[in-house]
Amino acid sequence: MITFVQTLSKAIALGSIYGILALSFVIIFKGTQVLNFAAGALSMAGALFLSILVVDGGFPFLPFANPLAPDPGETAGVALWLVHVAMALIIAAIVGLVIERVAIRPMIGQPLFAMAVITLGLEIAIRPFNLDATALGGRSIGVPWGNESWIIADAIIPKSYVAAVIAAALSFAAVFYFFRSRFGVAMRAVAFDQEAAMAQGINVGRVFAIAWALGAALAALAAIFFAMAPWPPSGSVSAEIHPVWVFRVLPVIILGGLDSVVGAIYGGLLIAFFEIFAGQYLSQWTNILGPGYSTIVPYIVMLAVLLVKPYGLFGTAEIRRV
Amino acid sequence: MPTETDNRPASRESTAASGPKTPSFGRPLLRTSYVQEAAIFPTYLQKGLVGLALLTITLAVLGNSFLTFIPRWLLGNTWLGPVTIAVIFGIAALGLNILVGVTGQVSLGHAFFMGTGAYTSVMLGGNLGEEESWKACVPFHDNLGLLERQGECGLGLPIWIWLPAAGLVAALIGILVSPAAVKVRGLYLAIVTVGLVFIGLHLGRMLPEWAGDFESGRKWPKLDIRVWKEEAPLVSVTEDGEWFGLIYLSEEQKEFFFLFAFLLLFTWLAKNLVRSRTGRALQAIRDRDVAAEVMGVPEFEYKRLGFAISSFYAGIAGALFASFNGRVSPIDFGLLLSVDFIAILLIGGAGTIAGTLLGTAFVELLPNIVERLTARLAEQLANDGVMSAVAHFLLTDGSEGNFGPISTSPTAPGWPMSVFQWNFVIYGVLIVVFLIFEPLGLFGIWLKIRNYWKGWPFSY
Repeated sequence: MITFVQTLSKAIALGSIYGILALSFVIIFKGTQVLNFAAGALSMAGALFLSILVVDGGFPFLPFANPLAPDPGETAGVALWLVHVAMALIIAAIVGLVIERVAIRPMIGQPLFAMAVITLGLEIAIRPFNLDATALGGRSIGVPWGNESWIIADAIIPKSYVAAVIAAALSFAAVFYFFRSRFGVAMRAVAFDQEAAMAQGINVGRVFAIAWALGAALAALAAIFFAMAPWPPSGSVSAEIHPVWVFRVLPVIILGGLDSVVGAIYGGLLIAFFEIFAGQYLSQWTNILGPGYSTIVPYIVMLAVLLVKPYGLFGTAEIRRV
Repeated sequence: MPTETDNRPASRESTAASGPKTPSFGRPLLRTSYVQEAAIFPTYLQKGLVGLALLTITLAVLGNSFLTFIPRWLLGNTWLGPVTIAVIFGIAALGLNILVGVTGQVSLGHAFFMGTGAYTSVMLGGNLGEEESWKACVPFHDNLGLLERQGECGLGLPIWIWLPAAGLVAALIGILVSPAAVKVRGLYLAIVTVGLVFIGLHLGRMLPEWAGDFESGRKWPKLDIRVWKEEAPLVSVTEDGEWFGLIYLSEEQKEFFFLFAFLLLFTWLAKNLVRSRTGRALQAIRDRDVAAEVMGVPEFEYKRLGFAISSFYAGIAGALFASFNGRVSPIDFGLLLSVDFIAILLIGGAGTIAGTLLGTAFVELLPNIVERLTARLAEQLANDGVMSAVAHFLLTDGSEGNFGPISTSPTAPGWPMSVFQWNFVIYGVLIVVFLIFEPLGLFGIWLKIRNYWKGWPFSY
């Protein structure tokens, strides 16, 4: 029973992180019709920005330091740390804006696949900088609660899990609120039909910019919560968490549908449940299934679902008649 | 294989017969007969260029042997390795071109099919585990370092079995996964095929007896042509020596010519596929799947066929890669390899054979060129002059007060980055730049040049 509760909490926490990341994909796809393969590099860069701000106290090669940074060797309080998270997210959003302006905007009207491959190119181009920054070992992101956990009825529940769930709830609430706002309605219109939206006087370029800024910030947020203590035991951003984990979110957005915010929640939770529970309860067969088999579970679930429902569980089915 | 001329209307027969049968000079798009339209090289210029290219490559590779006036560095042993790898990757890229460029189905799973072919060849053609067996047939520790596993031996079969088998097994697996793949379209398909790559990588972890150690891999099959398992090969490809009693070649040169023949064969097959009935059906699906189905092209069947052909090419290339590279490990067939092929198609020009080959050469040789240039630049550090200033600006040995983006020490971690890492950055930026400024790739640049000279001195 205790194992079950702990596994459940882990699954919900991982589902929340997947949800945040899937939300980043969904917003970028809704706003610009781009499948953002660069999310991996962007999210890790975001976590590194936090590490640089809160642990190093400022970027190298810049003449000024971060005035809010805690003294070297000390950990920031929760409030101060959240301020730093906000700063890191803003920097990530600026990176997103630059990418949108430089690489995505000139491609308006090109095939979807060409846009997706552009983001693959960005991923390849940004990744060496991330790996370089972590080449000497993992970089701490200075989480105030470190590896602490609560013990509720004998079950150990790390504080990071709860934090991830809260972060996911807040981001989903923010996104739902955003879609009710003026910009959100504009984004939904653009997602429906870019040219018609433009004819109605919507500034499509601005929608593109907002989508990328939001998407990059959400990707960074997901990486920050995935770099906390229980996920990698050291609680730091390192090359290990980077290359593959973002691609595990692809099944999530396939299941949820590329353009469905609600689907991001359900897809994230569903995939995380399968992954974590398979990892916990099938571990006695690791010899047969191979080490790290749980990371493959999302793809198998995805293939199984796609055989039945080709547009995911919540995606908009394209109606075709032949 | 039926060609364009086989199913042209009968009433056009007379015009076709009366038209010139030979290719025309000049004017690339001026066609006066159906024979001409279906020709692989419609103009004398193209024939001449291709012949010249083949001659240049042959002479350059032979340069070491007897043509001493050709500089050794041109295709000496240091360059032959990368070039031969590019030849193998060219075969795989031609296969992906059939799926992505001709059928219009975006697949990021090409590395998985290459891995399938590589491991099929290893299992069938890998050695029996007597002398020089390495990682195969000997006990080794699995990834957790806990269990001792007994590696499985290959069957030691000759190349004429393992090479076609590698292609066929990959094609079969392509057909097996196609029910999931033909139903989804566009970006969904790209994501599904990404899943394939990760599942393939995991299979490598699951079956270390077959895959070898995840990092260091296992024994490879030999390229030599044998009738059966006899000791002395019929045609030796992997040892220095005389070839057919005519010419003395080094091992690298033999391997190059052997693999280059395969590239020519598969280029010819791909070109003929595109201009056949099947190729036209695939192109119809690419251009508009609904319209193709209205015209009576069964969409799912042809998509499955496209998958199978593309996987066949990938399997062959994987098997050749395994045996040339002399090391097979699951980690070679990761997502980056798939992205390589997509980048080859986009940089070269998707949908065109010439573009695919150009793109392969560009993408595969660029890192080597950058490395060579950096090494040359490092030599300039000691001298004076402009190049020395550039070298001092770009390169650094990482010591105090010595700034620069490129580290001359290839192993030092952290900033400044090594040439190896900069290569990735250059590669990623190139993909972006090509897509933004030249969506048709290198082939598009060729078209621009051709169209400029076509009407010269007029602008159109």
